[in-house]
Amino acid sequence: MDTVLSGLATGFAVALDPFNLMLVLVGCFFGTLIGALPGLGPINGVAILLPIAYSLGFPPESALILLAGIYYGAEYGGRISSILLNVPGDAGAVMTTLDGNPLARAGQAGRALSLSAVASFVGGTFAVILMSLFAPALAGFAVTFGPADYVALMVFAFASLASLVGKSTVKTLLGATIGLMMATIGIDANTGVPRYTFGIPDILAGIDFLIVVVGLFGMAELLTLVEHQARGTLKSLPVDKSFVRMADLAATKWTILRSSLIGFFIGILPGTGASVASAVAYGTEKRISDKDGTFGHGDVRGLAAPEAANNAAAGGAMVPMLTLGIPGSGTTAILLGALLMFNIQPGPMMFAQRPEVAWGLVASMYIGNVALLIINLPLVGLFARMLTIPQHYLTPLIAILAFIGIYTIVGNPHDLFMITGLGIFGWFLRKLDFSLAPVILGFVLGGLFEDNLRRALSISGGDWSILVAHWKSVLLYGLALLVVILPAWLGRRARAQARREAAAR
Amino acid sequence: MTFIRFSAALACALGLAAPAFAQAQIDRPECVAPANPGGGFDLTCRVAQTGLAPHVASPVQVTFMPGGIGAVAFNQFNTNRADDGSAIVAFSTGSLLNIITGKYGAFDENSVRWVATAGADFGAVIVRADSEYQTLKDVMDDLSTDPQGVVVGAGGSVGSQDWMKGALLMREAGGTPMQMRYVAFDGGGDAIAALLGGSIEVYTGDVGEMVPYLDSGDLRVLGVLAPERLDAPFNEIPTAKEQGFDVEWTILRGFYMGGQTSDEDYQKWVDAFTAAYATEDFAKVQQERGLLPLNMAGAELDAAIAKSIETLREISIEAGLIQ
Repeated sequence: MDTVLSGLATGFAVALDPFNLMLVLVGCFFGTLIGALPGLGPINGVAILLPIAYSLGFPPESALILLAGIYYGAEYGGRISSILLNVPGDAGAVMTTLDGNPLARAGQAGRALSLSAVASFVGGTFAVILMSLFAPALAGFAVTFGPADYVALMVFAFASLASLVGKSTVKTLLGATIGLMMATIGIDANTGVPRYTFGIPDILAGIDFLIVVVGLFGMAELLTLVEHQARGTLKSLPVDKSFVRMADLAATKWTILRSSLIGFFIGILPGTGASVASAVAYGTEKRISDKDGTFGHGDVRGLAAPEAANNAAAGGAMVPMLTLGIPGSGTTAILLGALLMFNIQPGPMMFAQRPEVAWGLVASMYIGNVALLIINLPLVGLFARMLTIPQHYLTPLIAILAFIGIYTIVGNPHDLFMITGLGIFGWFLRKLDFSLAPVILGFVLGGLFEDNLRRALSISGGDWSILVAHWKSVLLYGLALLVVILPAWLGRRARAQARREAAAR
Repeated sequence: MTFIRFSAALACALGLAAPAFAQAQIDRPECVAPANPGGGFDLTCRVAQTGLAPHVASPVQVTFMPGGIGAVAFNQFNTNRADDGSAIVAFSTGSLLNIITGKYGAFDENSVRWVATAGADFGAVIVRADSEYQTLKDVMDDLSTDPQGVVVGAGGSVGSQDWMKGALLMREAGGTPMQMRYVAFDGGGDAIAALLGGSIEVYTGDVGEMVPYLDSGDLRVLGVLAPERLDAPFNEIPTAKEQGFDVEWTILRGFYMGGQTSDEDYQKWVDAFTAAYATEDFAKVQQERGLLPLNMAGAELDAAIAKSIETLREISIEAGLIQ
């Protein structure tokens, strides 16, 4: 405990240096903007700005603080276009569209934006506190999570997401299957055999998650908007001055805490990040709290859950990176590369050898979260006004931004065809009354499920009992069963009680 | 006044002319990392960027062209940009393996021009610090008595260069590569996590990525797959050869250009690298990036690549990857 406190003292001394403080603010501000743009997410923001930070000749701790500011800023910013436009700003913000956008449509964009900023703040801060207290122990736990346990985690995720079943179970299952099929495209991670690539080199490494999100969600949404406009059924929204209320915070406090915890633990596991975390948090929350079927129609809890979780996951992903030198997400992999460029060896010795960098970074996360809350709340009104821009200006503008964003990532024109094609495909799915969330979740969870199942079976030499050989797996299967059975049982009990009461009367 | 103006002009002229003696005049030099930022190819390009800085007139820009483990870039530089004289593309031994196994499509090693190396890394056999395996011999004994008994893992798929290291060990132990119980992870980081967590017993990684773990005492490097002992900080680690096992795995990192670039453009890059190799600074850049010196450019590299492709092809046939 003493080492943590003295470390934090060192860290705050570094992070509160006026220059570094300014960098945190600059990073957070630009991060928010980058996250808000559809197509550009934390991963690209950090990747694009890394060479710039390096060439400016900052000391390593300052450059890292700037990059980390962009990282959490982008995790905050991702929610903005999800809520306002139903276009996820980045991969972690897909679930935010489900309840955030209906709120905005109902004229409560300001309320949704400010509530999600608070949820993000709590999630992020929660993660940083847990991280500074228990990082080494948590990292030690995270690595014991073997492939078989990941399989169980994915089963749990699927089970909690079964609650997403929309109007038609068949269509939900079909959607998830389409997502699973898309995940199999590319070189098989186990045997190195290309699958469903049809000789196109651009998809040898599979389809990038961001491209699926922007194409299937973003472009499809834009096409729908254009269609509504052509039909003249598009209604414009009045200027919206709503803001988060105390009642909202009271209603979501347990949601936010539960989701922060879920997000943080999924975040520290190498290989799973903000997208899985927000999906599981949303699914679990819907299972636990959605008694009146309001989720998906603008329930504040459905908005707070994924936002708290994705920010907690962003903090959690830092744990294995800082303590073991193992990145917990794509963005931390780039931060790891940044450390190497500055000739700092991340990993077990970093806190001992370069305390000013390691603890400075941790302290900057505390400051960054506060800064983001302060930056975001006054901007809510400004962002909410975006909705009053006439659609015939807004739609093409978003399309242009999405194209630029996707092209900036790697400069491959093929990706632009991909998002266009996926957008048209997504539009057809929507016309056929498919919900797109199961497609995305099948895509992200399916790939992880397959890779880890095959890893587990390679380890055991084909013996399936490895899947239940460890208490962590068994516990997760138990939880999976619970999230499926419990709501059904509670529902039946409530109905039975209602019947008894009706009979007694 | 005239004097001042004259000397100012002279100073300008000298200032412009002086670097031209030593520096290569490459128009908008670019290093393409055929992957996402942050990985090995990125680091390779950073070596060119910082290492060549004193030797080229304008700074080398690093750009990224991910897609198909380098296939997208390889195809681009064989078609649209085959005559681009200002760009070099990073490659590694893994890319050579992909060329051989046909993952890069119709083009082969003769369709591009090999420019220079950034440095080398060497394979390493790594276990957890509390593992029962104390020496490489312990692993090899287990592999020969029960080839299926040891769980080996690394950051690449079957047929990748990470898998090759395990396959070569297996062959040395008297088994066939396909008998190996191999677990493919998504990159070296995940594989190290699995080793630390006890999911796999042996990790066939690279020695360069072991720097942070040498002092921490979490991992033990049983042997390095280099021709001879490496310099500090790796000088304590015995080679596989010393321990009586003839297994060597050098990971070459370097750059190629499109096949239709002019000899003049090609030579400019080769000269810039040759000039850089002679300096202490370049050695320092390599060390900072976790690479070991292995400097070859132009014809020398061409010959080395041809030899290395031949060896890799033999091994791939033996391992059953290609016919």
